[in-house]
Amino acid sequence: MIAATALTKRFGDFLVLDDVSIEVPDGSLVALLGPSGSGKSTLLRIIAGLETPDSGAVLIGGADVTHVTPQKRGIGFVFQHYAAFKHMSVRDNVGFGLKIRRERKDVIRARVDELLEVVGLTGWADRYPGQLSGGQRQRMALARALAVQPKVLLLDEPFGALDANVRQELRDWLRRLHDEVHVTTVLVTHDQEEAMAIADRIVVLERGRIQQVGPPRELYDAPANAFVMKFLGPVSSLGSQLVRPHDLVLSSDAQPGAIEAQVARIVYLGFEVRVEAELASGGAVSVQLTKAEADELELAAGDIVHVRATATPAFSA
Amino acid sequence: MSRASRLGLRTLALAYLVVLLLLPVGLVFYRTFEHGLSAVWYWISTPEAISAFWLTLEVAAIAVPLNTAFGVITALALARGRFRGKALLDTLIDLPFAVSPIVIGLSLVLVYGRDGWIDLPFQVIFSLPGIVLATVFVSLPFVVREVTPVLREIGDESEQAAATLGASAWQSFWRITLPAIRYGIAYGVVLSVARAIGEFGAVSVVSGKIAGQTMTLTLLVEQRFDNYNLAGAYAASALLALIALATLLLMTRLKPRRSEG
Amino acid sequence: MTLGGTPPEQVQRRRAARRARGGVALGISTIWLSLIVLLPLAAVVAKSTQADFWAVVSAPRTIAAFELTIGMSLAVAAINAAFGTLIAWVLVRDRFFGRGVIDTLVDLPFALPTIVAGLTLLSLYGTTSPVGIDIAFSRWAILLALLFVTLPFVIRSVQPVLIELDPEMEEAAASLGAGPAESFLRVVLPNLLPAIVSGAALAFARAVGEFGSIVLISGNIPRRTEVVSVLAYNQIESDAPQSAAAISVVLLALSVLVLLAIRRLAPRGATA
Repeated sequence: MIAATALTKRFGDFLVLDDVSIEVPDGSLVALLGPSGSGKSTLLRIIAGLETPDSGAVLIGGADVTHVTPQKRGIGFVFQHYAAFKHMSVRDNVGFGLKIRRERKDVIRARVDELLEVVGLTGWADRYPGQLSGGQRQRMALARALAVQPKVLLLDEPFGALDANVRQELRDWLRRLHDEVHVTTVLVTHDQEEAMAIADRIVVLERGRIQQVGPPRELYDAPANAFVMKFLGPVSSLGSQLVRPHDLVLSSDAQPGAIEAQVARIVYLGFEVRVEAELASGGAVSVQLTKAEADELELAAGDIVHVRATATPAFSA
Repeated sequence: MSRASRLGLRTLALAYLVVLLLLPVGLVFYRTFEHGLSAVWYWISTPEAISAFWLTLEVAAIAVPLNTAFGVITALALARGRFRGKALLDTLIDLPFAVSPIVIGLSLVLVYGRDGWIDLPFQVIFSLPGIVLATVFVSLPFVVREVTPVLREIGDESEQAAATLGASAWQSFWRITLPAIRYGIAYGVVLSVARAIGEFGAVSVVSGKIAGQTMTLTLLVEQRFDNYNLAGAYAASALLALIALATLLLMTRLKPRRSEG
Repeated sequence: MTLGGTPPEQVQRRRAARRARGGVALGISTIWLSLIVLLPLAAVVAKSTQADFWAVVSAPRTIAAFELTIGMSLAVAAINAAFGTLIAWVLVRDRFFGRGVIDTLVDLPFALPTIVAGLTLLSLYGTTSPVGIDIAFSRWAILLALLFVTLPFVIRSVQPVLIELDPEMEEAAASLGAGPAESFLRVVLPNLLPAIVSGAALAFARAVGEFGSIVLISGNIPRRTEVVSVLAYNQIESDAPQSAAAISVVLLALSVLVLLAIRRLAPRGATA
């Protein structure tokens, strides 16, 4: 398990982390989620030992590693831009950590072959990183990090440099890998969908402070503040309140508690329909309907409708 | 990296530089001025020294503009042209870097000397034209090498745009291309001037070292040294070293701006 | 099909004009280059045939000069490879007071006339040395002079590569257990090698032909401290241009070979 206690870090005048404490349970996959500048990468790098905190402590497996070099922390690290050793073959890349530990050549060879199979790069062993696609390079980087059997796997926006479809593929594949291998994993991302899709727990960071920690469902359904709500899913403002667009209901005739609005635009997104309307009390609102609901209402631009929230709106906008 | 090893490496690197570079140069300045400024002034204002100074400048003033024009033209050919043998031209341009100055001097004597290949109505060897030719030879590549990558990097889209707007080739060159490469040219010119002023070996062979006529500043240093006039040699050296330092300063200012327009 | 753009014949004409401009520039450069460089060098080659080539080149004095010159130049290339890399590393990765000034001064041997370089080295490490080190008229003097004039080559070759080097590669090596020394040897150095070698080759090419810095300090004692360029110079002064030409041709061939090797290793315009 990983525990970070009261970590503070400044870069010059800029306060990157402000008294941050987190816990990562053994064998879980935790996502550090936040916008750029939120401090999530710095937090990860401090856990890795690639940065040192100004104050606070890092414990891995109960041992205080705050002042231990990254070489000795037993971590595996995967970088956004792969950090491939471009002068070495895929095989030599993956076997690098084992070579440093002076393992026997046959042991290294066997382990590398095993890992290449796990990541689906068998047959590419003698190629060079320059000959691989981005997705393949990242899989190689993962194999390389896993080769030394780390206690902890740390990934810094690992899919950020990849195409959208490759990203999705690799993300799901990473979750399946985690389910098999069960290494304690911390993943940094700014993509809420990614975090929601694969993490057991999400730590939301903003401007160096933790906003909320919890499983994805909890963060979505019960956000602790407006920031978390806005970051983790779509929001609409009904007057001065924040509501999820799918918690809004439209009706043609007036209902108790409903606000009058005029339809400005109807966007057909296939299975869902987004209705953008101007509230009579001022401001715009975005309502999400299923195709069936939209068809039933037979809406057109210019129609007058009544908007009502079915869930209790949370937070002021 | 531990603090100790970082300091260790730094110390080793600096020690090497101090022993090889800083101490000797520092000492020359010290030796030059240790007998006072008036002695120095005396030795750099003798008629010989003054004529050597002007000769050196004159040679540079002829050689460098010629090589600059050549440099820009060749850079255009290399960066924009499409022809076979481009790699060959590129290699040949580097020749002056690889040829010993003595060989350069010899080659000029063999072509323009008394029994040489080319007989011109005016004296070349042991006279100004010979010195100019030697200087042109050694400083040939600098402007080309600085301007070519800049031209390659900026591409010719701007010139194409100018053409569609009606600019002629000359207008396009003068208004679009030239401003884009001016810092590359400037840097190349600074390097050429430094090389021209500092040339010794090739000029040793072709000039004849005639006092007041074909004695450049570098040749003057050698002559004074040979005549045991150390004070005079140091004075002339200090002057050349000052010019070199000024060159360095200009280089530092211009280097990062080379690909600016 | 043209959509109201430039008619095809006009495009063709403009293309031809551009090619022609390329042609004029090429023509001018070729003429200039031939006149200034190729013609004179051809004269050297031609003159060398007038000498008893083999006798000149295999004379004991000549062989000694070549052995000395090539040996020294190789040593200098090797020393520069090591120290140049070290200095480049310190200038790029370390931070200390005066780093910028030192970085600028590294180019001094490029800017300083070789004769002045010789004089400065002589003043500090010669007969009037204030630190008591006198290596004038010895082979050490040649080594010192060559180290001075070739100082910037490896440093300037390695610096840009080091600056561009992905720092995450070294972080990855650290995360995998490699200490600083091992990380340097296994990850950094292999990526610097092409730059180091081409810088060292440039240093070698410069060193074999060096004249000005050596002529004052080495004493030019035949068969002991006489380098090839000085030998050729003496032949010219002794009115034996054929011998000088013969020696020059060998030197020229050597330099050109190194030049070609460098171009193979580090083609200009290509990035690592």
